[in-house]
Amino acid sequence: MLAFNRHLIMIALAGTLAACSDSNDNDESTPLPEPISYTFTVEVSNLTAGQPFSPIAVIAHTEGSLWKIGEPATTALERMAEGGDNSVLLQFGSAIANISSEAPVAPGAQTTLTLTTDSLESLKLSLSTMMVNTNDGFTGLNAMDVSSLAVNETLTHFTLAYDAGTESNSESSGTIPGPADGGEGFNEARDDVNVVAMHPGVVSQHDGLTRSVLNSEHKFDNPLAKVVITRTQ
Amino acid sequence: MKASTFTLAVVTALASQSLSAAELELKLTNLTQGLHFTPILITAHNSDEHLFEVAMPATTALQTMAEGGNLTPLIAQADAAGSDVVANPAEGLLAPSTSTMTTLMSTDANEYLSIAAMLLPTNDGFVGLDSWKIPTEAGTYSVYLNAYDAGTEANDELVVEGSGAPGTPGIPAAPGGNAGNGGSGLSSSQSNTMVHIHPGNLGDDDLAAGASDLSNTVHRWLNPVAKLTITVK
Repeated sequence: MLAFNRHLIMIALAGTLAACSDSNDNDESTPLPEPISYTFTVEVSNLTAGQPFSPIAVIAHTEGSLWKIGEPATTALERMAEGGDNSVLLQFGSAIANISSEAPVAPGAQTTLTLTTDSLESLKLSLSTMMVNTNDGFTGLNAMDVSSLAVNETLTHFTLAYDAGTESNSESSGTIPGPADGGEGFNEARDDVNVVAMHPGVVSQHDGLTRSVLNSEHKFDNPLAKVVITRTQ
Repeated sequence: MKASTFTLAVVTALASQSLSAAELELKLTNLTQGLHFTPILITAHNSDEHLFEVAMPATTALQTMAEGGNLTPLIAQADAAGSDVVANPAEGLLAPSTSTMTTLMSTDANEYLSIAAMLLPTNDGFVGLDSWKIPTEAGTYSVYLNAYDAGTEANDELVVEGSGAPGTPGIPAAPGGNAGNGGSGLSSSQSNTMVHIHPGNLGDDDLAAGASDLSNTVHRWLNPVAKLTITVK
């Protein structure tokens, strides 16, 4: 609950800062040269017990969103959520910059990505990664506004688990691309509800799904990842 | 702009004790992949009123809602307390991954917002928000809502037609049409009789037998189960 409230606090703080002329982050008494580029670091910690994250995609954009609850996943999102391949998602329509981590991020591991843009106006960051020991589970951030973030200021978010709704959560042998199975990744067929929703969690063979290739270590709960966004320039 | 807003707030405070009269635009999204919400109740109320309180026994009105989706006693209770009430904005069930929108005019000392709706298929589970302080500053806010257990009925996970009346064991309906029958019953007693965070549906992988009538790949969830977006005019 704390994690979810923190999101609220961020929203509340953003309002407070805007109305607060003596904030350290908005100190107008020491003007700096106008930067010609804006740099953000995105530190991602994998909080799960046993779900490696596929290479993490971070996209800077000014409008739109990578997914919406209740709407069908784009094929680009499906490709990432079923198989961990973010190459098409990175080409998101309104992207003005993007970056992917070079490798998956193991449970308990942390990685930092750096992204530079030449504009701050309406700037949003989105992030997505697959929990690879699932059928089509992913986590991330959708269009977080960073346009008012001052240099050295940070935003911390805890991410939720989503289900692309494009592949049934069968947990069966051959359907999960991660190391728990080594099965199939992206498949263009859609045999599930075909809308994005929050993920109900994996069941596993230890919790009543006889056919599952997953075990208790692969279970997860919200939040999935800790993400710290810092504007460094 | 900032100064005048502040001044206005002070003047209002001096003029009367009630800062809270507000026009709210509300959007409630069912974030789950497999749960329906029964008719939703939204109230703005004073600090003494509650639709439910965690770690307290459910009122009979709450129990009636949580076990069968019937809002009538909760509405009567809210009306008697002078709360501002929006009942059934979705005009029936709110399906998985769908949203409903409504407006609420809060008056006088009704500075707090609460929400309740039963989760189907569960025995006595509900999505809830207890006494969220309505901000006095105009803007858009979001809150994530968790699933609670009223603590009034054992979670036997058996779908039994006509079991929505308080005290009648069973889940009254599985609107998704994807539950089974013939289960032997999961749990016949409930040790925590206070309102608490729902432990979740368990389900099983045999819809024709097993202990539960629910499916363990369809009817589970992870919190949060709903997102409420509030625009204060």
